[in-house]
Amino acid sequence: MTEHSTDRGWFAGLEPGSVDDARDAIESGSAAEPANWPQQAVEAGFAEGEADYYDLLHEATVDATRAAVQQREQADDKQLLHAVRAMDDATRTANELAERLGEWAGTLFDDAGTGVDAARELADREPASPLEARVISLAERVDDLAGEADELRAFIERQAPEVAPNLSEMAGAVLAARLIALAGGLEQLAKKPSGTVQVLGAEDALFAHLAGRGSSPKHGIIYTHEYVSGTRPEDRGSAARAFAGKLSIAARVDHYSGERRPEIHDDLADRMSTIRARGTDGDDTTEGSQ
Amino acid sequence: MTDLPEGIERREFDGRQRLATRGEPVYGEPTDGAWRLWDAGRSKLGAMVETGMDVDLTAVDSVLYLGAASGTTVSHVADFAGPTYAVEFAPRPTRDLLDVAESRPNLFPLLKDARKPEGYAHVVERDLDLLVQDVATRGQAAVAVDNARFLADGGQLCLAVKARSEDVTADPETVFERVREEVATAYEIVDTRRLEPFHDDHLGVVARKR
Repeated sequence: MTEHSTDRGWFAGLEPGSVDDARDAIESGSAAEPANWPQQAVEAGFAEGEADYYDLLHEATVDATRAAVQQREQADDKQLLHAVRAMDDATRTANELAERLGEWAGTLFDDAGTGVDAARELADREPASPLEARVISLAERVDDLAGEADELRAFIERQAPEVAPNLSEMAGAVLAARLIALAGGLEQLAKKPSGTVQVLGAEDALFAHLAGRGSSPKHGIIYTHEYVSGTRPEDRGSAARAFAGKLSIAARVDHYSGERRPEIHDDLADRMSTIRARGTDGDDTTEGSQ
Repeated sequence: MTDLPEGIERREFDGRQRLATRGEPVYGEPTDGAWRLWDAGRSKLGAMVETGMDVDLTAVDSVLYLGAASGTTVSHVADFAGPTYAVEFAPRPTRDLLDVAESRPNLFPLLKDARKPEGYAHVVERDLDLLVQDVATRGQAAVAVDNARFLADGGQLCLAVKARSEDVTADPETVFERVREEVATAYEIVDTRRLEPFHDDHLGVVARKR
């Protein structure tokens, strides 16, 4: 884009009406200082007058910005973010509806259980009355929603390793997607310090701590990983810190290079076995080392 | 007291005198004929005008708006001003901003980072009359100083400072004092005021480029 990186207006060298070039010039051009662009555009013959210039500018900025928005919103990490949020919404809604259904079905069927599995069984029944038809129809909706959540999870498990191979290998596809969603994208996650990654998802506890109430949270969403939840409570802080440190590195490798790096996974496995060994042989000398 | 241009009037909505501009409604706001309500509770600039800050909008033609978000406030600015450049960094709100811009030929939306003016200095012209800034990022004063290059000498800055964006733990007054000092390196401060009750922990700053 060197032709637009000089201190010239976005319209320099453009034919009026060349939509793609104008879009490119607005999106990737730059200038150290602004100038009287309307006047320059008229003098250069790009526009017939000031009003004409502003019409062209409006058309070009709306067009370029629409294209840029679309490109940013359709990036694969952003799609993963929507998928994981949709999966959580579908799961939560299925559970809520299943609870309502359990209450209702219990009044009609002696053998009606509760939960999503019971709803799935109920959905296979033949209704014997208009009333039963309503209850069974509701059970079908629960079945559909739970099925959608399962398919979203399968999609995330396929997609996350493509978007973030190292992060997905280290954290598992779903946790990787959750971390990306909490950070707002892979780039945003890659730019966060590992101390922030460690407490992503525990913002309420973190802000309460910063305001002077309560202790600092040791872990956020990464607690769902076995590396943290499976470590004995007195070592969980160390485990969370070590895990978050390597997750940050994985996210950075994924964002900036995209290649798989086996050594970071081996490093983490080593570190975790050291932390866990403390519980068995009472050796506490590794505290604080990375 | 704020001086209002022809394009802004105080009109009666729900029994109270409130700000209004003329233009196509964008977010389901109440209207009165061609006039639509400019809600100070949804707009930092609206709150600066409503709280009677020393803002002079009468001679405003060209505007740079940083942190345009979905375009709620910038739609009102484009109603009363001339060429209005709207910079927003996040794609999602910019999608809504585009809809606002469609019906306003003098509004130019840009998906750009206000902390990097070089990225839009090839589009936004110089010698503007007004810079409005409402960005929720750390270093809000630095953004205002850095973007002074777009203003004419004596051009006006209307800055809304969000204390929490600078430091969630610090006392807002401490944050505001630091911001005032830094803004004063490039501007002459005309008026500062807290934007309560419309916006909590926000400081309005009106200044003129030196």
